[in-house]
Amino acid sequence: MKQKGWKDLVPGSVILEGGSAVKFKTGSWRAYRPVWKEENCIQCLFCWIYCPDMSIKVKDGKRGEFDYDYCKGCGICALECPGKKGVKAIVMIEEGT
Amino acid sequence: MAKVVAVTGNEACANALRQVNPDVCGIYPITPQTDMMQRYASYISDGKVKTEPILVESEHSSMSACIGASAAGGRVITATSSQGLALMWEMLHIASGDRLPIIMPVVNRALSAPLNIHGDHSDAMGCRDTGWIQIWSENAQEAYDNTIQAFRVGEHMDIRLPVMVCMDGFIISHSIERMEYLEDAEVQNFVGEFQNLYPLLDLDKPKSYGPLILTDLYHEYKRAQHEVMLKVKNVVLDVAKDFEKMSGRKYGLFETYRLEDADIALVILNSAAGTSKDVVDDFRSRGIKAGLLKPRLFRPFPYEEIAEALKNTKAVCVMDRSDSFGGYGPLFMEISSALYQLQQKPALINKIYGLGGRDYLPSHGELVFNELNEIAKSGKINIIKEYIGVRE
Repeated sequence: MKQKGWKDLVPGSVILEGGSAVKFKTGSWRAYRPVWKEENCIQCLFCWIYCPDMSIKVKDGKRGEFDYDYCKGCGICALECPGKKGVKAIVMIEEGT
Repeated sequence: MAKVVAVTGNEACANALRQVNPDVCGIYPITPQTDMMQRYASYISDGKVKTEPILVESEHSSMSACIGASAAGGRVITATSSQGLALMWEMLHIASGDRLPIIMPVVNRALSAPLNIHGDHSDAMGCRDTGWIQIWSENAQEAYDNTIQAFRVGEHMDIRLPVMVCMDGFIISHSIERMEYLEDAEVQNFVGEFQNLYPLLDLDKPKSYGPLILTDLYHEYKRAQHEVMLKVKNVVLDVAKDFEKMSGRKYGLFETYRLEDADIALVILNSAAGTSKDVVDDFRSRGIKAGLLKPRLFRPFPYEEIAEALKNTKAVCVMDRSDSFGGYGPLFMEISSALYQLQQKPALINKIYGLGGRDYLPSHGELVFNELNEIAKSGKINIIKEYIGVRE
């Protein structure tokens, strides 16, 4: 991609479109990866609500896999997950292990 | 029809702002500006303007509120002095970087410590690198006229930059002078309807202000900001031309007083320039070719034009009402840079005067002109930078 020169810029560095964060993949920031254990998931969707990005994909009211392109590994989903009978449906593992 | 009045600088500026009737005003008191925003708050209470006041808990918040309101798409004002301006510091860069045309009278006052409420230029000189346009004013009339013109300059579609209009604390802000007001309709017609650029409140076109820009583009954004500053001089002159048609009062990038054939000259800002013009007259009446240059547009600084105006002088003293400790006075640095490009340049000295509101008297100007006269004859400078009017 050709990078913009100084004459091509919008004054004041204003971004003139909505939802442009989708172009900026932040998954590489992650040090810990959340892993979904479907067998322990009660479909409460707390993870979907608490995720500060949009890394929990929901289809037809059901939680699906993580979107690792945007998950920064903050671990909030794993913390909030009530799991099934106290056994977490989301656990954090170190990246690269 | 102009109306002749006897008012203070603060009152004049508050009236200029009333005549413009902006959308939003960030308000926080600080001496010697307080009286200006207090008057403006009265206009709001009395229903004379439709401005939305935002009463904040600090100047940092005031400038932050102004940035938000300006990005939202409003015509926005505030005013401050001294510590208040200092507390705004980081937000000043954001206002200019986001290209938001906020208009802010600055009533110049010394900076602490020691604590001092009186007029000097330390506050505005300290923020000369914040990317704001700076216009300086000798008296209440100029402060009023410059405030009105500032809207046209900052809001110009090729510019979109915040503007501070400077005047001396107490000496101008609190002294009553004779001056002329324009009619409300004239001012409103002159500044025109506010045109916004990228308003956040245009919900059909979502947008974001203040993104993270790292090594890939930051350098380019700053280059673009530099380019905009290069366009300001022409806009200031065009606006001044229109203003002259309306008011009969002429403004430029700077004012010269008996400078055309002068051998010796002072460069001096704001109220002390008025005092110095009397001294120039006195020297002229004794056959000594003295003159004066008073900068008006300090940011962007008109280097070439000022060099051209001073090139035939033999000796010049730059008078600074603030100091860059360990450096020369801030105005001296600019004049020195301007003159360096000339093949033949006058001898140049720097005097620091009037800090913390210390009186600047005609006798001070006389001493400086006498010294310049000696330098013009001998070509010899003893001390480049020196404090005057200071007790040993």
